[in-house]
Amino acid sequence: MKKRIFAAALAAAMLCAVLSGCSGSSSSSAAASSASESAAPQANEITVGIAQDLDESLDPHLAVAAGTKEVMFNVFEGLMKPTSDGDLTPAIAESYTLSDDQKTYTFTLRQGVKFHNGETVTADDVVYSIQRCADATAGEPLVPAFKAIESVEKVDDQTVAITLKAPDNEFLAYLTTAILPADYDQQDTAPVGTGPFKFISRTAQDSIVLEKFDEYWGTPAQLDKVTFKIIENADSLVLSLQSGAIDLCAHLNSTQVAQLDQSQFNVLEGTMNLVQAMYLNNDVAPFDDVRVRQALSYAVDKQQIMDMIADGHGAAIGSSMYPAFGKYFVPELTDYYTQNIEKAKELLTEAGYPDGFDMTITVPSNYQPHMDTAQVLVEQLKAIGVNATIQPVEWASWLSDVYTGRQYQATVVGVDASNMTARALLERFTSTASNNFINYNDPEYDALFAQAQATADDAEQTALYKQMETRLAENAANVYIQDLADLVAMRSNLDGLNFYPIYVLDLSTVHYVQ
Amino acid sequence: MRYTVKKLTAFLFTMVVVSLLTFIAFDLISGDPAQAMLGTEATPEKLAALREQLGLNQPLLVRYGQWLAGFFTGNLGTSYSYKLPVGQLIAPKLGLTLCLSFLAFVLTVIVSIPLGMWSARHAGGRADALFTTLNQFFMAVPPFFTGLLFTWVFSLMLGWFVHGKFPGFGQDAVGSLWYLLFPAMALALPRIAMTVRMLRSTILSEMNKDYVRTAISRGNDWGMVLRRHVLKNSLVPVVTFLAQTMAEIVAGSIVVEQVFAVPGLGRLLMASISNRDYPVVQVIVVILALWVVLAGTLADVINRRIDPRLNLGGDAQ
Repeated sequence: MKKRIFAAALAAAMLCAVLSGCSGSSSSSAAASSASESAAPQANEITVGIAQDLDESLDPHLAVAAGTKEVMFNVFEGLMKPTSDGDLTPAIAESYTLSDDQKTYTFTLRQGVKFHNGETVTADDVVYSIQRCADATAGEPLVPAFKAIESVEKVDDQTVAITLKAPDNEFLAYLTTAILPADYDQQDTAPVGTGPFKFISRTAQDSIVLEKFDEYWGTPAQLDKVTFKIIENADSLVLSLQSGAIDLCAHLNSTQVAQLDQSQFNVLEGTMNLVQAMYLNNDVAPFDDVRVRQALSYAVDKQQIMDMIADGHGAAIGSSMYPAFGKYFVPELTDYYTQNIEKAKELLTEAGYPDGFDMTITVPSNYQPHMDTAQVLVEQLKAIGVNATIQPVEWASWLSDVYTGRQYQATVVGVDASNMTARALLERFTSTASNNFINYNDPEYDALFAQAQATADDAEQTALYKQMETRLAENAANVYIQDLADLVAMRSNLDGLNFYPIYVLDLSTVHYVQ
Repeated sequence: MRYTVKKLTAFLFTMVVVSLLTFIAFDLISGDPAQAMLGTEATPEKLAALREQLGLNQPLLVRYGQWLAGFFTGNLGTSYSYKLPVGQLIAPKLGLTLCLSFLAFVLTVIVSIPLGMWSARHAGGRADALFTTLNQFFMAVPPFFTGLLFTWVFSLMLGWFVHGKFPGFGQDAVGSLWYLLFPAMALALPRIAMTVRMLRSTILSEMNKDYVRTAISRGNDWGMVLRRHVLKNSLVPVVTFLAQTMAEIVAGSIVVEQVFAVPGLGRLLMASISNRDYPVVQVIVVILALWVVLAGTLADVINRRIDPRLNLGGDAQ
């Protein structure tokens, strides 16, 4: 009997040995493969971590998610292209002229710009792309601002004329709209543009692969290949940076960055380019009273919020404009309300709420910075007797209940600009705007906006936009907080990343340093 | 034959109930696919147009009927978020999740059965006290935490795998299996602890029975009795428990896939729920239901083999 026990033990031991042998051998092969990877000449490619998958369609005219536009910025270009310092530069157009009545833009196309499928960009492609986005037969055109277009005409093979119904200073900013080949119908799944990178493949929920476009008209991309890897889990994103699976990741917060080894990563700080505020439903009591909104604004300490949620990173704001828009930003408004508990209490008493009130802040729970901000706000509001509770909701619920349904009291989110115009941020607060989710209703504001649209003088228009921002601050339309810090971690042997005043990630200038 | 018909009916019933519940749940929560797709660019007109296009303006039962009819004719529908046929979208992810679950299950079985026997044999000893405490501890640790811990140890410290760099079975089958081993361990750990405890207590109660004493007193070896008789008699509840484990491992993989960035079914399910991508969610839910029913059936079949008395009537308890 003892012998049989011994035999069984031996068998078990052998089984263990075989099992561990298997794992042992594969572990050494894994180690060997990673060693050979680092020994081989460095492949000129990077993997970028992104926290969400792209839209169902990669067609740049149909994509709506900021995360999709951010990635596809590398693939598509319009007649004009945004620059990192907030200007516009001719891209597919080589130059343009504006008629004396300021209504007709005549674009001369750059010679020999190629699409990723090898075809040359023609005036027909440009006319097709603009018309597609201006088509209003199905209701709202794809680019709402293109409602201003009277006609688009091909003058000759290299020239396109766009005529507007009325002069519009900001029109050029909308011409960053992607130019697509006219006779191609697979933009949804296999997009073709003219950018420095061409689209190679997409695996749902896993990755998007771009490669350098060799026939690019401008400064070619420095990397040969970029893989965007989708990693939804915030911890996993940081671990993937640490393990070496990804080389670059944007939109990190200070807690995530603190976990990284500073000798291995360069951390760059930019701004997210969004207006983070506690948005208030101006239509429901007690927020329909300007004194209540002002009281809330006086109760808040922006710096403390930034200190608590991001170790002091971020840029304080005082209206619906962020500092990266230097031309339109009014710095004085940032300190329009500084924390003043006495004043806040006085205002509340005047408004008939001497003991404060209860309120609910609805927050999309997938956005941690907004959740964190809401938590600090709850504490700060206690000082003036306002008892706030946070209601976390899913993004889809936020969109339907808060954004479209406008069934809420207050919400903490960030609002971004879809293009580089002040209008993109300010038009939504006109009383009739379909996306005026705070129900802001101020006839004077509407009048200022109408004036700004009517004028053809850029300086005058800028002044009017600044007045609109001031109105928002004076009326405390929302409790403005900050433009969140955007921390980008990138492996220390990478360089060349530029920040833009809009939500894009330009990888064409990123390169390895020796 | 009757048995097969009975099980098949049970499955169909479960499937219809579960999918209908999912449909209703989605109808009750706010937000719909059109809203999720259009995001902040939604206007009432755009929403109405898209809802019309997706067929969302029809009543719930009509939509469910259409879906059910499609399902039984092999048309699983098209994903809203990816514009791909659901079958094509799910197939590779399903393979991955099954592989991960299978690995975790195999780990659970090969580790817990010997450990459970050992633990029962040494019950009352000092080593056993330590072991039981440890076991209790592992039972309580949630897989996502173990996942983070494993990543830290095996990926960042030891460099045995590169977290976030899952090669994919098409690219590197061995590497993929190796990568999956770590999430599988994280998944299996609490399951192992529970199975060990379960096995230990059933063996201990079995060992007090008369036939064991008789077998020993006839001069049989302890280990022999344990393996030949006691284990066999203790296995019925354990197999039933393992079947539950199999179902729960698939559920647990939803969390673990997120932690290890494995592009499996769980991540697809999470994303589809937040995008309100019903066609995908429906099919995944049905697959999970099928899985649970299958696991139960398999346990039943195995238990009937182990203990033929069960064939005389009633299910294994």
